[in-house]
Amino acid sequence: MSFEPRILGFLCNWCSYAGADLAGVSRIQYPPNMRVIRVMCSGRVDPQFIFEALQQGLDGVYVMGCHIGDCHYLEGNHEAIKKFNMVIKFLSIVNLENRVRLDWVSASEGVRFSELVSEFIQDIKNIGPSPLRRDCPDKRLMEKLKAIERAAASDRIRALVGRERKITEQENVYGEKVSQEIYDELLNTAIHDEYIRSRILILLEKEPKSVKDIAAEIEIDPNKVLENILVLKGRAQVDMSEIVDITPIYVRT
Amino acid sequence: MSKKSDENPRIGVFICHCGSNIGGLIDCKKLAEYSGTLPEVVYSEDNVYTCSETGLNAIKKAIKDYNLNRVVVASCTPRTHEPLFRECIAEVGLNEYLFNFVNIRDQCTWVHMKDAEGAYKKARDLVKMGAARAAKLEPLDKVSVQIQPVALIIGGGVAGMSAALNLNNQGYETHLIEKEDQLGGRLTSLHTLFPSNIDASELLANFVNKIQLAKNLTIYISAKLRKIDGFVGNYSVEIDKAGEIIKLMVGIIIVAVGASLFIPKHMLGYDGKKRITQQELEVILKNNDLNTNNIVMIQCVGARNEERSYCSSVCCMTALKNAIFISNKNPGAHITILFRDLYTPGTKYEAMYRKARELGILFIRYTEKKELKVEENEVRVFNEYLGEEIIVPYDLLVLSTPLIANEDNKALARLLKVPLESNDFFLEAHVKLRPNDFATDGIFIGGAAKWPVDITEAITQGYAAASRASTILSHDVIEVEGTTSYLPEWNKNLCSGCEVCIKVCPYKAIIKNEHDEIEIIQALCKGCGVCGATCSKQAIEIKHFTNEQILSEIYACGGRDVY
Repeated sequence: MSFEPRILGFLCNWCSYAGADLAGVSRIQYPPNMRVIRVMCSGRVDPQFIFEALQQGLDGVYVMGCHIGDCHYLEGNHEAIKKFNMVIKFLSIVNLENRVRLDWVSASEGVRFSELVSEFIQDIKNIGPSPLRRDCPDKRLMEKLKAIERAAASDRIRALVGRERKITEQENVYGEKVSQEIYDELLNTAIHDEYIRSRILILLEKEPKSVKDIAAEIEIDPNKVLENILVLKGRAQVDMSEIVDITPIYVRT
Repeated sequence: MSKKSDENPRIGVFICHCGSNIGGLIDCKKLAEYSGTLPEVVYSEDNVYTCSETGLNAIKKAIKDYNLNRVVVASCTPRTHEPLFRECIAEVGLNEYLFNFVNIRDQCTWVHMKDAEGAYKKARDLVKMGAARAAKLEPLDKVSVQIQPVALIIGGGVAGMSAALNLNNQGYETHLIEKEDQLGGRLTSLHTLFPSNIDASELLANFVNKIQLAKNLTIYISAKLRKIDGFVGNYSVEIDKAGEIIKLMVGIIIVAVGASLFIPKHMLGYDGKKRITQQELEVILKNNDLNTNNIVMIQCVGARNEERSYCSSVCCMTALKNAIFISNKNPGAHITILFRDLYTPGTKYEAMYRKARELGILFIRYTEKKELKVEENEVRVFNEYLGEEIIVPYDLLVLSTPLIANEDNKALARLLKVPLESNDFFLEAHVKLRPNDFATDGIFIGGAAKWPVDITEAITQGYAAASRASTILSHDVIEVEGTTSYLPEWNKNLCSGCEVCIKVCPYKAIIKNEHDEIEIIQALCKGCGVCGATCSKQAIEIKHFTNEQILSEIYACGGRDVY
């Protein structure tokens, strides 16, 4: 039997959901692989929803909103872009970025809706089933995705993405405007750091570990691990529990 | 303020056949049986039409008999039928927000007609997701909003004037803005009106006279909407009247901006002299300037083609009206109408066509495939019936061109945050159920702003829009959606005061109050949910679209237990 992708769509109430309804009224046919969750605005789609959907083993996630400039809530779709960019950056770490997509469909674009959905289904068919699909999920990948979800939910990332438009398009509290390039660098660094920190935290939640063991498990340089452990210690998220021989063992607080 | 309800969910699921629209493709009985097996679903049934009296009574009966506290209907689309079902469950004492809609028609059976099995599986998943969300629904209170009993009409054409006079007659303070320097819109360029043949100027004078006599009706000519803020009942608008800024508070807005005429530049030899548009012919007739005997009219110029696929609906009748007028005045005139299809709907318009035939006006059909050739003094047309090209001489060639969307529709749509359709006409909330409403509360539409209409229809729609608007204006207070964002008491300690919510809120509905706490002003919040999705602590909740509710749908769709 050929692979039939399971896709989840988040459609904004005012444009894309109405466009999907119009496809129906116009009897425009497309494959039935997508299940839809209606939200009021594409900007309502919390990055967490996308990470959770992928952990469910769904093969693809489609977020749809109003065209730029036509958002029912003025600029909700601008915020959706920022969140989505962050999601893509995170998912690139685990090569899942091509399983999520963001597009704009207006209330009058029934044809466009059906075309986009058909295209996405086909693209996902070409990529193949999610490595996290229900029956035999890739456990290591699942761990990584969990770390990603947690990292994306950290204050640092959420506050940075929440402020992106303000600081790149207007000014920060010091009256400085940050260029998109500098912002992207900031975000990339934050994503990289927080991802590693989340992985460390998840490991330590299972059992106390040494820097060396952590480094082996998440396959990064022990110095890098130590650096991040110290940050986490500063945040009171980890502590040293004991010293075995000369090796400190760290524990989640 | 809502609070977590502690009663156990008892869900009822109703699967609608929608006649054969859903039931014709998928097995609704089986779907209802499946629904009955879902967690916390205590009752399920299928109905031929759940929205019918019988269907609604079945819901009410089941709520009583099975002590249901959540209702799921799987049928058409929430965009049209959610209010009906909400009202239904409210009638038997359930909070209307304890209803969940599942779309298995517009987004399922209608679009997967050739894949019954795929459609069934999708419907099954959607019902499962819908029931999962229903279990997490919370009762909500609606927000009360004071209504300013003041109307703003954009567009001083026949639809706008009709709407303005109607609302004004009902006693509401009314403001009408017109971008041109006089009232009348397209009426100003017309000669006579079909089917009654009265003078357009007579009708216009009648309107203008009534408007001048009206009290509490203010006209702003050479004026445009500049800015708009607020919400139903309380729109604060700024009008730019030739540079002067006027600020108003209005309760409702009617869009009656009409349409523009397509000018056939570089088409069929159009030159505005010998080869003119119907509108230019009307001016000639108005000035009693016509002195030619051979007149050829070409229909559907620039219409019903790839670029503009729609029928402009008024051009056939305009051509007939003008041809009959000329023929009556000058029985010796030779008038030929080259048409692709002739649309003369209804009792009166078809009679005009018969009259034209009786007067000896010639009708020749042409097709898009075999193009017309316009030469200096003749038109070559392939006659479908004869199967050969014929030559029709002319002294005056009149091109019937369609009404098209105004160029500034886009800007206005953006300002009002209402949608346009693919030809840039304004798009109503629903073509049948809400033909004169926009999806945005308190904004209405009438006349040729929506698609080309004749004068009679424009008047009718002006009245229709006014009547819809008065359903709001006639109340001192109305209730609006309670689906706003809020910072729940139990999440207040999470808030770190980072203020990103304040930054992303497009409505300035979030402030920091005197206690240095985040406060969300309910009446200003429109419930987009962006603050909730952005909040660095995920402390802000979006009522009716809570994280818990959306996640329950995701988990039901995925089908894996939450780790």
